[in-house]
Amino acid sequence: MSDFPILSIVTFLPLVGALAILIIRGDEEVVTRNAKATALWTTLITFCLSLMLWTGFDRTSAAFQFVEKHSWIESFGINYHMGVDGISVLFVLLSTFLTPICVLASWDAIKVRVKEYMIAFLILETLMVGMFCALDFVLFYIFFEGVLIPMFLIIGVWGGRRRVYAAFKFFLYTLTGSVLMLLAILAIYLQAETSDIPSLLNFVLPANIQNWLWLAFFASFAVKVPMWPVHTWLPDAHVEAPTAGSVILAGVLLKMGAYGFLRFSVPMLPIASEFFTPLIFSLSIIAVIYTSLVALVQLDMKKLIAYSSVAHMGFVTLGIFSLNQQGVSGAIYQMLSHGIVSAALFLCVGVIYDRIHTREIARYGGLAERMPVYAVFFMVFMLASVGLPGTGGFIGEILVLVGLFQVSTWAATLAATGLVLGAAYMLWLYRRVIFGNLTKGDLKAIKDMSYREVAVFTPLLVLTIWMGVYPMPFLEIIEVSVANLVEQHKTAMLAAKTITLAGQ
Amino acid sequence: MIYILAIFLPLCGSIIAGLFGRWLKDKGAQIVTCAAMLLSAVFSLFILNEVSLKHEPQTIQLFSWFVSGAFDVNWALRFDTLTAVMLVVVTVVSCAVHFYSIGYMHHDPSVPRFFSYLSLFTFFMLMLVTSNNFLQLFFGWEGVGLASYLLIGFWYKKPSANAAAIKAFLVNRVGDFGFALGILGVFLLYGSVDFDTVFKATPGKAAATMEFLGGQFHALTVLCLLLFIGAMGKSAQLGLHTWLPDAMEGPTPVSALIHAATMVTAGVFMVARLSPMFEFAPFALNVVCVVGASTAFFAATVGLCQNDIKRVIAYSTCSQLGYMFFACGVSAYAAGIFHLFTHAFFKALLFLGAGSVIHAMSSEQDMRKMGGIWRLIPLTYTMMWIGSLALAGLPFFAGFYSKDMVLESAFAANSGVGTYAFWMGMAAAIMTAFYSWRLLFMTFHGVPRADEKTMAHVHESPKVMTVPLVVLALGAIFSGYIGYDLFVGNSMQLFWGQAIFVLPTNTAIIDAHHVSLWVKVAPVIVGIVGIALAYYMYIIRTDLPAKVATRFGKLYLFLYNKWYFDELYDRLFVRPAKFIGEGLWKEGDGTMIDGLGPDGIAAVIRNLAGRVSRVQSGYVYHYAFAMLIGVAGLVTLYLYTHG
Repeated sequence: MSDFPILSIVTFLPLVGALAILIIRGDEEVVTRNAKATALWTTLITFCLSLMLWTGFDRTSAAFQFVEKHSWIESFGINYHMGVDGISVLFVLLSTFLTPICVLASWDAIKVRVKEYMIAFLILETLMVGMFCALDFVLFYIFFEGVLIPMFLIIGVWGGRRRVYAAFKFFLYTLTGSVLMLLAILAIYLQAETSDIPSLLNFVLPANIQNWLWLAFFASFAVKVPMWPVHTWLPDAHVEAPTAGSVILAGVLLKMGAYGFLRFSVPMLPIASEFFTPLIFSLSIIAVIYTSLVALVQLDMKKLIAYSSVAHMGFVTLGIFSLNQQGVSGAIYQMLSHGIVSAALFLCVGVIYDRIHTREIARYGGLAERMPVYAVFFMVFMLASVGLPGTGGFIGEILVLVGLFQVSTWAATLAATGLVLGAAYMLWLYRRVIFGNLTKGDLKAIKDMSYREVAVFTPLLVLTIWMGVYPMPFLEIIEVSVANLVEQHKTAMLAAKTITLAGQ
Repeated sequence: MIYILAIFLPLCGSIIAGLFGRWLKDKGAQIVTCAAMLLSAVFSLFILNEVSLKHEPQTIQLFSWFVSGAFDVNWALRFDTLTAVMLVVVTVVSCAVHFYSIGYMHHDPSVPRFFSYLSLFTFFMLMLVTSNNFLQLFFGWEGVGLASYLLIGFWYKKPSANAAAIKAFLVNRVGDFGFALGILGVFLLYGSVDFDTVFKATPGKAAATMEFLGGQFHALTVLCLLLFIGAMGKSAQLGLHTWLPDAMEGPTPVSALIHAATMVTAGVFMVARLSPMFEFAPFALNVVCVVGASTAFFAATVGLCQNDIKRVIAYSTCSQLGYMFFACGVSAYAAGIFHLFTHAFFKALLFLGAGSVIHAMSSEQDMRKMGGIWRLIPLTYTMMWIGSLALAGLPFFAGFYSKDMVLESAFAANSGVGTYAFWMGMAAAIMTAFYSWRLLFMTFHGVPRADEKTMAHVHESPKVMTVPLVVLALGAIFSGYIGYDLFVGNSMQLFWGQAIFVLPTNTAIIDAHHVSLWVKVAPVIVGIVGIALAYYMYIIRTDLPAKVATRFGKLYLFLYNKWYFDELYDRLFVRPAKFIGEGLWKEGDGTMIDGLGPDGIAAVIRNLAGRVSRVQSGYVYHYAFAMLIGVAGLVTLYLYTHG
């Protein structure tokens, strides 16, 4: 079992699927049908295989598991090094879980270049999974930046009217960030003379360069999270992306930034992380309040949910930089539940977009009458987004707040206003779309969800409730690694203090 | 097993009716949910007997909810007397309302949905009252909020119902914001959120301070005040009361169950449940007392001028909740819960009675369009009399025992806030009697003001609606007499056991039995005066109300418009929020961030490099180019280190 390269298989199986689709020949219809089927089967098998991570994961250990290490670029000492711990393993599962759902959601929605679309998605999956598994800086960097290429294509080719503008904005933001991160990686490599992440986790970087490195990482990660004020690419990207693109963007890609903070900034740059905590808190709190207020006045459904994502990710960064058990665990949990819930919400928008071809809120109203099943699903996800106890959204939020309150009552109090504001814009959205009188002509014949759509939503619904009522199986995986992270951070800070004292 | 069944049967009923309503049809959904509720009610009575009369409180651990470090939360069911009393109130009233709804809602196209919501509400309410820790309390708390939201907005085609539903949820969330912060503080102070642990540790924390928002404060005072904000939201106390009158947009059985008998009393339950903490935070108790007393007075004044039959009763509920709070505020928790207990019966009775009137009047709710129908619906008329007599606290009806106890406790507290509460309570009592009989006279007496078609249609409700009324009426008559000795009389200590904690120095409820005679008699007298006044104005001199309204025009308008709270909040919060949101979006995101950031840079680049940004796939090449730079960097590095 131990030498079975499960991570590599899960990572590269989608790529194999993509190659298979590439060689499909024949007339357009056949190609389309086979491409869809191949994509679906590949992603489903990948998901089933990834479940081995769930069952085989040792919940009592904080060490990296399922490790694979092969020499890659020997002269640099760069290895092909893969492995997961309690922080990353659930994100791998989240990625493999959401991809088949995306394929299903695109079944009828995508009509042109279906073959290329499916290939893009499969490559995207490989890169996402690889990113969460990579234990070598160079490998990580390749996956981390590589993810954006298929995403660009998905927005740029299958996107809406202003896809060029959106892709451009996305590009400009991420480019700035990634160049700086590359510099930081090089600097660390020069200092430590290794790019091996587990070794770097135990390497103490000099205090005087920590702040600079931290800022360089921050530039990249903050854009991905996204944190205020570098969030404006997100609403545009979401609005223009096809439904499945939004799902992956909100569900997985937004977690890359926060994952970066957890994997690099916090453990490798403890002094700087402590130093910049007030900055993170301020930006996150602004994000929570600011974007909630902005969400309140949105006219476009996707934009509204996009802004709500920024607010929710604000909670995540607050939790991470509380730097205590509840805060960090809560942040990870919040990411997972947000991954499920926001993905589901974008799918909800997709369902009616496919029927009426508009995302303008004012064009809807009274759907409850014609689409009762849809109304129920939408309701549950809306409530999870609001953080109602009993849904996944609550556990993450309350844990973050518990962690935060121990560090700063101000921050916790201000962040908690998100509870009220978040409810305001979601209920307002729901009310305008689902409730009211059904008066608009084209809505009168709208059809309720098909069996395929119900099949897409049901697993999401089950997970949302499961994560709210009995979150222990998930938390068990997270806890030990987080405890280790928090403990290491404390030790590092203690050591730093001793050094400063000795130096005086 | 019976303990668990009592809690989870309503959930099962709700799920079955909700998921399979389409196949079960109306009848099936009704049978399933009503049967589940009936069983649950019977089990609850059994539990009350076991726990409170045989004195065997117990806690059932279900399973771990979530654990993170020291933050350890379990699903558990706690049964002590306080819980058992609430169980009986909730399940009995809920059961009555379920049956009543069979008749009341039979015209409605989505009956299964309605019953599913009702049962779901009951389940959340039961989780709330059986919680053994702060988090589960919060779960139930928000859950009933959700059910209330769903039921207020049940007729989702009505814009006013939707607005009211959102308002209810949001105002409650404002309260929950305080509640949540309180929970966080509790964990910070105690390192646990379990009731037992917290209560046991409280005497040791009596002098503890904590940092909150930059200042050092007495820890328990801060926590209790934060938690009380939650209670104010749920129980519609002054400042956070605005949602309750609007909540009357929901179907009337909902108003009876949620917005009179059960959910809105959750705040009172919470204060009583947390009595071990509040007892050590005297300032917080004073706040509870003043807020309660002020609400009792305020809501009663507004109730005087409303014309919608349900709104009058809604403000009356608000006012009565104030009574319960100020009782708690003088450490007479038992009196507060006693009033909660009796109030549940007579207020549910009044609401269902009003529902019966509305049903008879073809959905008319405006009392100005009623009148002269008492001969046509004599049973409903009788029920409304019983409810009103109990509400006004006339001798030997339920309210007489509990309301007198509350007022006497306030008087006996012999403190500034206690005296304030007593006089506010007396003032509210006279108004309560007045508006109750104003309601009776306007609705049932005088000249019929409805059109002929409606009048011809007026009919007594079917049995399925009147039987629950009779059951509740029995409660409204006898619950005070039966409960008095147990709740607040000689058997008090034994009955409550450990469920309520009162410091030995806070003796208001014991002293209440020994106040001077005039204090005992006064509430009844003001009640009779109020009734007489209403009789004079609405039966003898029917021209008088209009004259009074013109004579005191400003005051009348002030009361009629509910002290302008809604307008004030609209100006202070709703409109600014939208205005700021719009501003931040257009100016903040648009002009500032995008203008200076990507769009600005884009413009510069476009100027410099012409039309680079034309070809969409070009960006991908750009990107690849950026990565190439990275690779180049690596190569340079390689040469640097090895060359």
